[in-house]
Amino acid sequence: MNIKKGIRTRRGAKLNLKGSADKIISNKISSSTYALNPDDFFGLVPKLSVNEGDMVKAGDPVFFNKKEPRIKVVSPVSGTIKSINRGAKRKIEQIIIESDGNNEMRSHKFDQWETLERKELISLLLESGSWPFIKQRPYGIIANPDDLPNAIFVSTFNTAPLGADFQYILEKKHDNFKTGLTVLNSLVDQAVFLGIDASFSKPFEDIKNVQKYNVSGPHPAGNLSLHIQELSPINMGDKVWTVNAEDVANIGSFVKTGVQDLKRTIALVGSAIKYPKYFSVNIGIELSQMLSEATITEDQVRCINGNVLSGSTSHENGYLGYYNNTVSVIPEGNGYRMFGWLPFKDNHILSLSNTSFSKLFNKKGFSVNTNLNGEERALVVTGEMEKVFPLDLFPMQLIKACMIEDIEKMEALGIYEVVPEDFGLIDYANTSKLEAQEIIKQGIELMINEVG
Amino acid sequence: MNALRKRLDALKKPFGKGQKLEKFAPAINAFDTFLFVPNHTTKKGAHIRDAVDLKRTMVTVIIALMPALIYGIYNTGYQYYSQMETPFTFIEAFIHGSWKIVPMIIVSYVVGLSIEFGFAVYRGHEVNEGYLVTGLLIPMIMPVDIPLWMVAISTAFAVLIAKEAFGGTGMNILNPALTARAFAFFAYPTYMSGNKVWVSEASNVDAISGETILGTLAAGGDINYSMFEMFQGAIPGSIAETSTLWVAVGALILIVTGIGSWRIITGGILGAAIMGLLFNLWGANALMSFSWMNHLIVGGFAFGIVFMATDPVSGAQTNKGKWIYGILVGILCIMIRVFNPAYPEGVMLAILLMNVFAPTIDHYVVNGNIKKRKKRWALAQELKSA
Repeated sequence: MNIKKGIRTRRGAKLNLKGSADKIISNKISSSTYALNPDDFFGLVPKLSVNEGDMVKAGDPVFFNKKEPRIKVVSPVSGTIKSINRGAKRKIEQIIIESDGNNEMRSHKFDQWETLERKELISLLLESGSWPFIKQRPYGIIANPDDLPNAIFVSTFNTAPLGADFQYILEKKHDNFKTGLTVLNSLVDQAVFLGIDASFSKPFEDIKNVQKYNVSGPHPAGNLSLHIQELSPINMGDKVWTVNAEDVANIGSFVKTGVQDLKRTIALVGSAIKYPKYFSVNIGIELSQMLSEATITEDQVRCINGNVLSGSTSHENGYLGYYNNTVSVIPEGNGYRMFGWLPFKDNHILSLSNTSFSKLFNKKGFSVNTNLNGEERALVVTGEMEKVFPLDLFPMQLIKACMIEDIEKMEALGIYEVVPEDFGLIDYANTSKLEAQEIIKQGIELMINEVG
Repeated sequence: MNALRKRLDALKKPFGKGQKLEKFAPAINAFDTFLFVPNHTTKKGAHIRDAVDLKRTMVTVIIALMPALIYGIYNTGYQYYSQMETPFTFIEAFIHGSWKIVPMIIVSYVVGLSIEFGFAVYRGHEVNEGYLVTGLLIPMIMPVDIPLWMVAISTAFAVLIAKEAFGGTGMNILNPALTARAFAFFAYPTYMSGNKVWVSEASNVDAISGETILGTLAAGGDINYSMFEMFQGAIPGSIAETSTLWVAVGALILIVTGIGSWRIITGGILGAAIMGLLFNLWGANALMSFSWMNHLIVGGFAFGIVFMATDPVSGAQTNKGKWIYGILVGILCIMIRVFNPAYPEGVMLAILLMNVFAPTIDHYVVNGNIKKRKKRWALAQELKSA
């Protein structure tokens, strides 16, 4: 089932960065501890189902959503709960599980999954800890199991800078991916939408029971917000579900085997990595071993769970996040640059603006660092956000509406159709060093609290 | 570089967090960040950032202004010596112009930046770079013989009332430089209009006629400048507005670097050309029958549309809005020229007027998008109920 209408955009930018991953998967790595980080689950209020010292199997619930107790997050490995780290106001920041190395898995008993009703299937996914893989728009939070969404979207086209290549990741998981798509199909009235790189659609030719569409263009062409706006736009009250491509395979693997194996294939990338490549590991693994295998080349680096535009900051002794398929490592940019504000100076710094010659040089790719390259200023320059924003809405006006917390205006300007990462390039490109993603995130939090 | 950095860090110590002079940190930071791009790293949001910042943007505008400024300085001397009919060299003309104009630039920067620094310290934010451009624009659009104290007062008025009263950089409704000129225009009309102010020393030396082309036309006189002279800018007028040629070079810099909006500039030229053409067809008075092409190259139109109308803060902010805004500035500019003999130059008032209406234009453009969304919702509701 192919949709004729492909998605093509020219607004956006392809950031040509150094350190993309070689197509080698290393799958021997495990670590002694694993961690779950409740902050990875936007909008979820964690309540623990274990205490320190408890034994857990892989697939046993560790915490659940206070607002919707059926949504559970399960342990990626078997072992003991080593510690529960809390922050201010006793907020749960991290749950660390010490692996016993046996990888004992909790097994769920059910008949052929194909024979299950939608309701039974949903409760099975909830019980097994697969449910957090299914997210909903608006807001980008974990889906409400009681909703019937208008559509489900899965994209295999990743345009984020140095982002993991889903076609490569799915090569070995093709059958599970297919099964996962069939599972998702039974959760929704119309077939799942599957986004495919327009230039290379071959690996998915044998998948028939979904609505396939082609995508082409620079980042953020791969972001689902654009696809949803084009194919099944979200109006007030509508729900659309999205699932990360590898998690579709995880769901497929679960319904086939009855055990929840939280696998993640990650691309370890960035200019501070000597041998950037892929790793197949369990969610929540320590980053340190992978980093030492891939070799860090700089003294001071920033490890990012996710891509350099929208990922969250971790550190060399940190843990892998729940959802990200990319871990980026780039040098910290805490140095000074003399007269760096002169136009056409420092062309080694990647710039989308024509006040630099950087576009003409460095065809091989840029080594980027975390310097702010200036200071935060009032919003002066106009029109630059629209250049890197393909959605049919006014980004600056929406950002301003979020800043003044005007809910009616945010609704009218399209807050339901965006998630923070759509604004990643705006963060990057804007002259005033505005934190657009943070503003949109706070706007969405406000919407969740006030409108729901 | 390292030694200098260390000296600076030592100097900045008393301005640090919790120190005695913390309040004045914005002032010292403004100087420091002009030497070095600071070592700040990203804390939230995207982990990497573009090399462009507001300093770079504003400095690009200043570079774009340079050709027009240098020609303006030369033209000041050229107008004076050629009307005195004394032989002169390029250098002499340039020195005469510099003697008049550099003090104006200094006054504008000193007064404006003092107020900006004061507000930055008072409000506890960093000094915004916007004034670097405003401070240069103000003298560039004044008549050459205006007394320095008038420059000072106009500048203070513009920064205080047009900018800081609205919340500072990025919040102003009107273009601050044009507000300074409008203030001087209405407060000191004898220094800002008439036939004795547009050439250096014209009010002191009888041999010099200091009238602009538009002024002559409005008074019903004849023009004896060739079209090339008008284009090149060897004509009387405000300091840097005369040379369409060098303004066009600046426009090219702004458009290629993407700093100035090509939509506003093209729109403005289109609007003015069409309006001029229509008036040519009508031809009821000297200014109406003044060729539309000449309308584009005399007076402050070119300078205004390139450097003042494109101000991103006071102009329209949406792409569609920029077209509408630019076209209307062009149309209004020629209309004011032709219909109002008291103001032979219309570009200042046209831009200020459109500054006021720019938010309205944007409002309707954005509303178009909002309506589309509402319509889609209504359609979906219908489908659901059907």
